[in-house]
Amino acid sequence: MSQGASDHHPEPAGSNRPRLQLHVPEPPARPGAIPDFAAHAIPPAGATPRPDPTTPAGEMRDLAYGLIRVLDGGAAVGPWAPALSAETLRRMLRAMALTRAFDDRMFRAQRQGKTSFYMKSRGEEAVAVAAAFALDDADMLFPSYRQQGLLIARGHPMVEMMNQIYSNRADRLMGRQLPVMYSVKEKGFFSISGNLTTQYPQAVGWAMASAARRDTRIAAAWCGEGSTAEGDFHSACTFAAVYRAPVVLNVVNNQWAISSFSGFAGGEATTFAARGLGYGLAALRVDGNDALAVYAATQWAAERARANHGATLIELFTYRAEGHSTSDDPSAYRSADEAVQWPLGDPIRRLADHLIALGEWDAERQTAMDLDLAEQVRLAQKEAEKNGVLGHGLDQPLESMFEGVFADMPWHLAEQQAQMLAEWRAAGLPDQVRRPRNDGLEGHGAGDGQ
Amino acid sequence: MTDTRDMSMIQAINSALDVSMARNDTVTVMGEDVGFFGGVFRATAGLQAKYGTHRVFDTPITECGIIGVAIGMGAYGLTPVPEIQFADYIYPALDQLVSEAARLRYRSAGEFTCPLTVRSPFGGGIFGGQTHSQSPEGIFTHCSGIKTVIPATPYDAKGLLIAAIEDPDPVLFFEPKRIYNGPFHGHYDRPVTSWASHPAAQVPEGYYKIPLGQAAIAREGADLTILTYGTMVHVVASTLAELPAAEAIDAEIVDLRSLVPLDIATIEASVRKTGRCLIVHEATRTGGFGAELAALVQERCFGSLEAPILRVTGFDTPYPHALEWAYFPGPVRIREALRQIMRD
Repeated sequence: MSQGASDHHPEPAGSNRPRLQLHVPEPPARPGAIPDFAAHAIPPAGATPRPDPTTPAGEMRDLAYGLIRVLDGGAAVGPWAPALSAETLRRMLRAMALTRAFDDRMFRAQRQGKTSFYMKSRGEEAVAVAAAFALDDADMLFPSYRQQGLLIARGHPMVEMMNQIYSNRADRLMGRQLPVMYSVKEKGFFSISGNLTTQYPQAVGWAMASAARRDTRIAAAWCGEGSTAEGDFHSACTFAAVYRAPVVLNVVNNQWAISSFSGFAGGEATTFAARGLGYGLAALRVDGNDALAVYAATQWAAERARANHGATLIELFTYRAEGHSTSDDPSAYRSADEAVQWPLGDPIRRLADHLIALGEWDAERQTAMDLDLAEQVRLAQKEAEKNGVLGHGLDQPLESMFEGVFADMPWHLAEQQAQMLAEWRAAGLPDQVRRPRNDGLEGHGAGDGQ
Repeated sequence: MTDTRDMSMIQAINSALDVSMARNDTVTVMGEDVGFFGGVFRATAGLQAKYGTHRVFDTPITECGIIGVAIGMGAYGLTPVPEIQFADYIYPALDQLVSEAARLRYRSAGEFTCPLTVRSPFGGGIFGGQTHSQSPEGIFTHCSGIKTVIPATPYDAKGLLIAAIEDPDPVLFFEPKRIYNGPFHGHYDRPVTSWASHPAAQVPEGYYKIPLGQAAIAREGADLTILTYGTMVHVVASTLAELPAAEAIDAEIVDLRSLVPLDIATIEASVRKTGRCLIVHEATRTGGFGAELAALVQERCFGSLEAPILRVTGFDTPYPHALEWAYFPGPVRIREALRQIMRD
């Protein structure tokens, strides 16, 4: 923005060419400013055509620049409107609301000092939950860190998720991972890395293996718009296109990568869905706050993959309504009103309005459900906390730190393990920091909170 | 025991892949030019024709993608054996190797594992310049969760590669390309030798494996322990053999074969016996694996040492093209180190 910089530079000798300018993107609104969404063209719901899922990618490039939308007030309109029963819609609504209730409770738990870190998904619940509804339970998910809705939708017990968040004695990951970096193999949920977009080529590889083995399962991956800049994203798209891998590649464009708006990932010049076109991938751009649009697009991409027509890149256009994590303060870099005024609204409210318009839901049921979910989350938390909270972290058996680096422990790790234990014992500390594990809480998941 | 035949290291590696693929239908070979063409060094020749394109296939030129995809295939249940065409090209895959492959078992508490074997030709002596000559093993031995294996003979290459493929954890299998087709004496100005007459080129046609983490005594001796691996095993042996009679040293050459896991027992026993320790590797010196070896030996064998531990390594410069034979830790430099360590 500082155009005055050129004043400090001498006139280039022997040249009358115009001076060059470096473009450094700036978001439309900083703190204190009025939000400005003029850069985002929002087409009306129902206006985007729905080609057959087997259509060659080159014949539907417009979809990468449009925005698939289904919900129009209370109505579900246009060719992408999925024919879902009211019961399915209510289950979807419930999973989204449960995700939000879970997030709220765990955010507070972090603020209460019960764990080190948490990441909410407020505003992005449809991105995960509706996708989980559109995929088969056997399909393999390679998520990033803000798709907890996938686990909620697949019925993973909240107590287990909380055990991981607390790194407590019942944490199946033995306290090794930062909170929310879940791994749940039996739910087809791949271990979350924390390094960005590494899961993208891994998902493609899993899908390639599934195809090479003539399996029927497909894979799906999620990354943020910011991390589409990573090389892994481009490697993955290349592999996905080359081998027509049966994979659904989701880009969650929630506008913000910590404090960097989407312009720093290239969002000023084009859409993120359009990234797919250069690879020859099918590419859809979807209203990510419209659960029915997310469902329909995911279902379309899954059908395409299952029919051996390859991968689809889906940009889910949404908004990160809260901070990046408990370590972030978004009021320091963006307009506080952006989340409130987001033109595509709140995904839970919008789906509820649809059910109300169908005569299948009402305010009383909504209130009762919210109370019920809050209570379930509270009970799950109570149950999880019987296994402990993070505290100083040393309730995990000290020696477990060295286990599982390799299938068999080599001598150098065994030696370091023995040395550590000897040093702690010599200092008289182990008995102080280790609680006995004979409290009947061994094993995973003391109960299903849902 | 199956029949043996004379094999170069390339043929032995090809045979190891063939045997592994025949025994286990999840073993999948992938990499740049490895399919129809059979690899720029011919290590995968004939495999695609035999096992089909679902199990042996060419990849796009993205090492990050090759390793990331292989990790996903491993999570599915395959046993991927990706090739990185030159070890110098491995850096785009560093994050996938170090942050993903090496930590997947640990971070998922065993839910997901990474039974990957990454083959990659490494080392210099072929006028490859800075991008076809490097020895990056020390970058990976520094990281937890990944094994590093380096063969020095055709027999070991086959047995170690089969063991690496069967290992449930990620293994970097660095192949010393200077000795793909014959052992190297270290003299740039003499005719090259082939594996034909070498005893370690008698390789069984069928299945066998050499456990990872076991060093080999390439030459027994009483007066000096030389810790080395890969091409340098042969350079060191030739240098010793060429010493004038008056300077002859009864040195023991320990071919480490596997850096992680390391055969510390063999190292300790040898140094306690000889009282002297020389470390030779082609990789750059500072922070290299030789530094780790020197630290281990002095921690464990200090009372036995009669002289300071010395290192002969590549210099801390990029690998030069024209000056390759000044950079390469060849006979001149090894002989000087031998004189110094026996004098001290």
